[in-house]
Amino acid sequence: MSAFLEKLWEIAPALVEGTPHARELGIKFVAVDKGLGTLSMPYNDTLIGDPRSRVIAGGAVTTLLDQACGMAAIAGFDGFAQLATLSLRIDYQRAAKPGKTVMAEAVCYKTTRHVAFIRAIAHDGDPDDPVATAQSCFMLTGPLYKVPSKAGQTAGKEDKTS
Amino acid sequence: MSQKTATDLISAIPYAKTLGIEVEYKEDGLLLILPYLKSNIGNPTLPALHGGAIGGFMEVCAMAELGRRAPDLPFSKPIGINIDYLRRGKPVTTYARATIFKEGARVANVRVRAWQESEDKPIAALSGHFLVPKKR
Repeated sequence: MSAFLEKLWEIAPALVEGTPHARELGIKFVAVDKGLGTLSMPYNDTLIGDPRSRVIAGGAVTTLLDQACGMAAIAGFDGFAQLATLSLRIDYQRAAKPGKTVMAEAVCYKTTRHVAFIRAIAHDGDPDDPVATAQSCFMLTGPLYKVPSKAGQTAGKEDKTS
Repeated sequence: MSQKTATDLISAIPYAKTLGIEVEYKEDGLLLILPYLKSNIGNPTLPALHGGAIGGFMEVCAMAELGRRAPDLPFSKPIGINIDYLRRGKPVTTYARATIFKEGARVANVRVRAWQESEDKPIAALSGHFLVPKKR
């Protein structure tokens, strides 16, 4: 695992916890890997969008997917940076089952100098039976901070190629 | 519909309460209001509202506008939505208004615009298809 991924694993829970709206919805960090981000959102009454069926709101799934896509984008850029969502497309395959934790798994499959392209799914237990699928673009809004490998000498310095 | 039924429609949705959404009834459509709440922030450094909160707000706006036409039926459900983020969501009040582009028997196409200082400077836009509940 790269030095950056090790560092990301270390601070990712705080990145999610430090995002007020993610904390408000109860979103939790699960995992990161190269270009991958996984988050979870336990069922909560405050997320309900349809009081008759007690199904959570599409908007809550939107936020979970947005947050997971952002995490995957950071992992894809291979450095720490401020990001902004440019676009987000979501297809809702079915209602999330009331009471179930929803997971979002995002894959950053391409990054350019300033833009990351991400695919994601949200499911409530079985990734082969998703609740929603998403496609998003994120943009860097500031400098990209690379984490040097342990032998490296550019500790904490801004990557000039970004 | 009246201001009261519009308020009842929104306050029936726990998620809308979580975001702090308010509604103003207008003859030509509903004006949805998202007062600034710290809990809707996505980037505390800038600061900026969370893209998910803005997206969720616009989804509620679309569903409320569809619900306005049939308050007794269950809510419409989103099928596929596209959200474009145009400007940073500042930590101030955000507004949204939905336009129903096409209303079919099962599916409606809705466009939503969200803005802060001025309606002609949108911070985000949503377009999407929603499954409309069957009339009995």
